Amino acid sequence: MKSAVLVFPGINRERDMARALKLVSGEEAAMVWHAETELPKGTDLVVVPGGFSYGDYLRCGAIAARAPVMDAVRKYAADGGLVLGVCNGFQILCEAGLLPGVLMRNARLKFVCRDVHLRVERSDSPFTRGYNAGQVIRVPVAHGEGNYEADEETVKRLEGEGRVLYRYCSAEGIVDEESNINGAAQSIAGIVNERGNVLGMMPHPENHVEDIMGCTDGRGLFAGLAAHLQKAA
Amino acid sequence: MKARVTVTLKSGILDPQGKAIEGALKSLGVDGVASVRQGKVFDIELSGSDKAKAEAALKDAADKLLANTVIENYRVELL
Repeated sequence: MKSAVLVFPGINRERDMARALKLVSGEEAAMVWHAETELPKGTDLVVVPGGFSYGDYLRCGAIAARAPVMDAVRKYAADGGLVLGVCNGFQILCEAGLLPGVLMRNARLKFVCRDVHLRVERSDSPFTRGYNAGQVIRVPVAHGEGNYEADEETVKRLEGEGRVLYRYCSAEGIVDEESNINGAAQSIAGIVNERGNVLGMMPHPENHVEDIMGCTDGRGLFAGLAAHLQKAA
Repeated sequence: MKARVTVTLKSGILDPQGKAIEGALKSLGVDGVASVRQGKVFDIELSGSDKAKAEAALKDAADKLLANTVIENYRVELL
């Protein structure tokens, strides 16, 4: 699995991401600077990592979304390439128009930094095939703007087309108001685009991949991607 | 030429920051505050003196970057 991790000024999770990718796929990820106009040849997966690109100035992800490398990512996604955006990466993909909707300030106005539970809604996507549908996983979140919102019609479409892949839930897998840590519409934690090759999610699966982290529930996402790509090749 | 672009949240979009400011004003005892919506102001200096061109450029700026038109409206003024 040849991964490319995008690097913007102010991003701070790119090394965690690269480490997780290396751990699961055995291959070193290429770090791609935002000013590049092309992705490395043969890239199987583009990852937009978390952090605070451009200090969250203007709107989270707004400036990074207009960086030169994003034109290459848009083209790559249009050709069917796999793109994963985590946290600030999710915000950047929304601002870039690769995913619908927007991440607003958390409904309770607090920055939330803790483990959450996610329900994996389906297992037939490259981004979830490492899990079973309905499985509950535990991964960390760390964000102040993770409240996913879109107009009613868009949310209805996302649900109708099964494009919500990850949803905040209780440890038992129950989706309720209490477990919806940021007030997101329909407790949405992660969605894919229409074609299913671009995923944006607020939680950090890359931070639960090794025993020393206390949990390895995040591995499934990367292992699933690696398995998907192996099958495709 | 000076210009101002004002970006505000569309009506119906939840504005938790506005709500927090509203609460703070009330707790300060500022009278008669019914509700608060917060937004952004951009003061922009333009080279050139063609007003139509300036307005087009500002609209372009707002559409491309200053506002997220999914949730925000904007207003362009030449000062």
